[in-house]
Amino acid sequence: MTRPAPLPVAEGPYPPTEEMLNEPVSSEDQERGKAELRAAWKTPQGWRYISAVNNTEVGVWYSLTAFGFMLLAGLLALAMRVQLAFPDMTFLDADRFNQFFTMHGSAMMFLFAVPMFEAISILLLPAFLGARDMPFPRLSAYGYWCFLIGGCFVMGSLLFDAGPKAGWFMYPPLATEEEGIGPDIWLLGLSFIEVASIAAAVELIVGALKCRPPGMRVNIMPLYAWYVMVVGGMILFAFPPLIAGDFLFELQRSFDWPFFDPERGGDPILWQHLFWIFGHPEVYIVFLPSIAIAAMIVPTVARRPIVGYSWIVLSAVGTGFLSFGLWVHHMFTTGLPQISLGFFSAASEAVVIPTGIQLFAFVATLMVGRVRMSLPMLWIAGALAIFVAGGLTGVMLAIVPFNWQAHDTYFIVAHLHYTLFGGMVFPVIAGVYYFYPFIAKKLLSERLGRWAFWLIFAGFNVTFLPMHLTGLMGMPRRIFTYPESSGWGTLNLISTIGAFVVAAGFAVFLYDLLRPKSRQGQIPRNPWDAGTLEFSHDVPEEAWGVRSVPYVTSRYPLWDQPKLVERMDAGRYYLADAPDHQRETIVTSVIDAKPIYVQRVTGPAWITFWAAIFTGGAFIFPTFHIYKPAIVCGAFAIVCVLYWLWTSTARPPKEEMREAGLGLRLPTYMSGPDSVGWWGMWITMLGDATAFASIVFGFFFYWTARPDFPPADADHAIGVWVAAAALLGVLAWAATMLAREVNRRGNVKLARLALVLAALSAAAAAGAAWLAVRDLDPVSHVYPAILWALMVWLVVHLCAGIIMQCYCLAGSLFGKVTPRHDADLRNVTLYWHFVALKVLVTAAVLGLVPGWLP
Amino acid sequence: MLNPSGRDALLLYDLALVMFVGALVLWLLVGGLFVYVTRINPREMSRGLAEGLIIGGGVLFPVVLLGGLLVYSLPLMQAPREADEGMRVHITAEQWWWRVEYELPDGSRVTSANELRLPVGRRTGLILNAHRVIHAFWVPALGGKADMIPGRETYLSFLPEAAGTYRGQCAEFCGASHALMAFETVVMEPDDFEAWLDAEAQDATPPQSEEATRGAQVFAREGCGSCHTVRGTQAVGQVGPDLTHVGGRVSLGAGILGAEAPDFVNWIAHTETLKPEVAMPSYDHLSPDDLTALAAYLGGLE
Repeated sequence: MTRPAPLPVAEGPYPPTEEMLNEPVSSEDQERGKAELRAAWKTPQGWRYISAVNNTEVGVWYSLTAFGFMLLAGLLALAMRVQLAFPDMTFLDADRFNQFFTMHGSAMMFLFAVPMFEAISILLLPAFLGARDMPFPRLSAYGYWCFLIGGCFVMGSLLFDAGPKAGWFMYPPLATEEEGIGPDIWLLGLSFIEVASIAAAVELIVGALKCRPPGMRVNIMPLYAWYVMVVGGMILFAFPPLIAGDFLFELQRSFDWPFFDPERGGDPILWQHLFWIFGHPEVYIVFLPSIAIAAMIVPTVARRPIVGYSWIVLSAVGTGFLSFGLWVHHMFTTGLPQISLGFFSAASEAVVIPTGIQLFAFVATLMVGRVRMSLPMLWIAGALAIFVAGGLTGVMLAIVPFNWQAHDTYFIVAHLHYTLFGGMVFPVIAGVYYFYPFIAKKLLSERLGRWAFWLIFAGFNVTFLPMHLTGLMGMPRRIFTYPESSGWGTLNLISTIGAFVVAAGFAVFLYDLLRPKSRQGQIPRNPWDAGTLEFSHDVPEEAWGVRSVPYVTSRYPLWDQPKLVERMDAGRYYLADAPDHQRETIVTSVIDAKPIYVQRVTGPAWITFWAAIFTGGAFIFPTFHIYKPAIVCGAFAIVCVLYWLWTSTARPPKEEMREAGLGLRLPTYMSGPDSVGWWGMWITMLGDATAFASIVFGFFFYWTARPDFPPADADHAIGVWVAAAALLGVLAWAATMLAREVNRRGNVKLARLALVLAALSAAAAAGAAWLAVRDLDPVSHVYPAILWALMVWLVVHLCAGIIMQCYCLAGSLFGKVTPRHDADLRNVTLYWHFVALKVLVTAAVLGLVPGWLP
Repeated sequence: MLNPSGRDALLLYDLALVMFVGALVLWLLVGGLFVYVTRINPREMSRGLAEGLIIGGGVLFPVVLLGGLLVYSLPLMQAPREADEGMRVHITAEQWWWRVEYELPDGSRVTSANELRLPVGRRTGLILNAHRVIHAFWVPALGGKADMIPGRETYLSFLPEAAGTYRGQCAEFCGASHALMAFETVVMEPDDFEAWLDAEAQDATPPQSEEATRGAQVFAREGCGSCHTVRGTQAVGQVGPDLTHVGGRVSLGAGILGAEAPDFVNWIAHTETLKPEVAMPSYDHLSPDDLTALAAYLGGLE
């Protein structure tokens, strides 16, 4: 048996010289390249259009859907404003009002703000980076369909008067004790969407790290890409605690495991911690992408490169980190010790610094430039005015004693809408005006845009400025009515009038956005004279994105590299053709963006659509406590995903190398850290590990916060079985590693044997974990309940690991995984590193920690 | 909090004023700067100046300002957590009303509901609990708020400085009738307070008029006593508010109605309309005569 030759690596001249770039491309080559690319990137026509997966299609659907949910949530707000216009109104009853405010907040956060960031990023990021598509287009499509199904399910519950009504924060015990299916719809429906959000975040991070054009080092990539990485990373660490919380919460609602029930050792405050560890970063997850849009618009308007690029990057990263240390300022009134209040107060104030740096960097850029007040800039100016006001009230609210007065009043309602309108809505609308020529190859109306701006800006302030005062006069949030004697009537009436002015502004904006523009004719290619790559796209539109992937040496290539567009159009740069009629994009190294290989990108497919439908079933049926169809749907979803992976990812290529242009020959297959799939797995696992850590945090939270944890006479997990689970789990991991190593050395038979052994020991480990806690009664107390929860979490991951091992085994048997083409096996090994960690931590918590407890 | 009448609320009022003026000045400065560089003087300025703005405006200025603000404000956390001066009240939030128990120096407790009475000039400790779901206790004129959490105890203290009646309201969303969970805080001169507390500790006064006597019979017949307590009678229920001195209170239904006879009638006959999802059923099957009799009886329990 001979050791197989290693995979080829890139060869040929790089970077390209000016001489090479000056060489003309023959017109036959140009025409051939265009024809091939056009064929490869053809958008499906007719009813097949919905099988499209290209980022431009999915991004537009995603944005419009998120915008649609925003309008619906806005209508809910209008109904609430009518109810509150006068004292003792009877327009909405208490029950419906409570459903409406719960759904307004939930929808704005989960169905608008976060998805909107992901939608815009999916739409724009490849263009900023001169890439042809996202690295995993089918994942974007899958995420979109999950979002659509989940969003309609959650939103639709209102039509049946069955919506959740315990607030978007779902505090137990109110939400755990609530009758009906409202909280289940919230928990399962939104968990489903959160999974889709994490999927999109993974893809965006990999896109920004690996799909940049050759030469675009990290320190010259557009600021937007930096923000995508920061925000993607935040989603990865912020959403999992909420998913873990949802997991515990739903276990309590469905099976009465008492995680938040103080009568049986639980604690409602644990939910508040998990919720706000998600909830505060969430605010910055919403805010930073909008700052990123501003960071693209401001230099264009000032016609100068951004001032303080590194300061902005550092601040964005700093904001990301700090945002995880502030969550307690949502809990200042829960009676925490003063020392923690002081700490979190100071940390909350500290976030002013990175935020301030970013804002002042924009002002500084405007200072050094010669400003042209275009329509997008008008919206940015409005955003600045509103956001600064919201930020200043935020500074006040971070002061603990003031917070004790203002918490849960209309002052907070005013504050949060100032930050979110200023920090999200206005910049996003600015972005719509700015990027519309890029997206639709048409222009929006300047006149209607100004009307929309002034209506929304004025209406917003009329609505929310008085609310500061209403709150200070004593009006709490989330009340469906108030007495005349309170004296809040006039201010509320003013707010209601303002809300309708805002609505009128949005109507104008919506009309401008959707009105037919076919008479407009062809627009200029770069109407704002921007310096970044997205405005190099062809007008009229071509589905291929960039004609050829450029070699970039500047932050503002369209300003600083004068012949760039001409050369791109001529197909002078990389990947100017598609000889196999396959979709491809170029993958580069993380720091220096040196070309590594050419990635096959997946094309239109129905399988993602079906996978999303079945995943939806797996989440939606349990809402009604119907479990059998849910299990069937879950199984179908897994089968769909496996089929999708099997048929379209990491298949050994026909040709090992590809002429990429400019004399560069690039491999067409990569495995391990050079490939995008490995990065996708690694990043996903970080998020997954965070969710696991949150459940472990729950265990230690109970231990420190509750005197009766564990109860004096508690039964513990059975030590022998815990030890067996640990050993077998580690054995499964070791066997997987062995399989990878011997497979690489060409010993395919031994690798297959090791995979069989790995799967068997993983199954045995799952069985042992179950036996260890089988005799404990999770309903009786939170201690056995949390042990069960850890066991369930572990077993689910072991089962997923077994499926992956079998997938690799099948791959080996059917020629998809070979000694040279082992990407699947390497990704699965990476997964198993994390499972091994979980096995050991779970075993320690189940088996060892109880022995150390007092 | 705009009409502060307690020591803590006054300090917070000053803090709020300082911060508001500061915020307004800062907002005008940033806005002015923006208008200056984009409209008034949109020429190209030097890069050094611009970078100075980032460091000065983004780092140095906030560090100094916020440092000062924290030093000034954080010590204000102390007062509302200070121990009481010999007066403690235990308050338990229910859906959607308040169980109020005054702790006497000997440790015994006087039970009341839906109204808090406090003496002027003495710091009173409030020991806060909740039954079933989370609520929050808030009297803006007297100080900040504190959550009330099942299975935990939170603490807050007030030092009222002027006699008067101040509205309080639940501030944490607690279900359907969260909006209808208020109460009045009556701050009294110390002597008046002592006298009131002595009276409150007494058993209920027997019905004084014929109508009130009939009302007491309706009360017994309808089984009101299985949920409500009227001390000195057969009524010893613990589910709903203690009614021993309900006639002496300034509001009904947890701060949502007045306390005149028509209010009693309205409340008893239309409980579920007035307060959605409340535990007490509407007694709309009672005849108008029975209702007025009940109102006379309850109104007489001063």
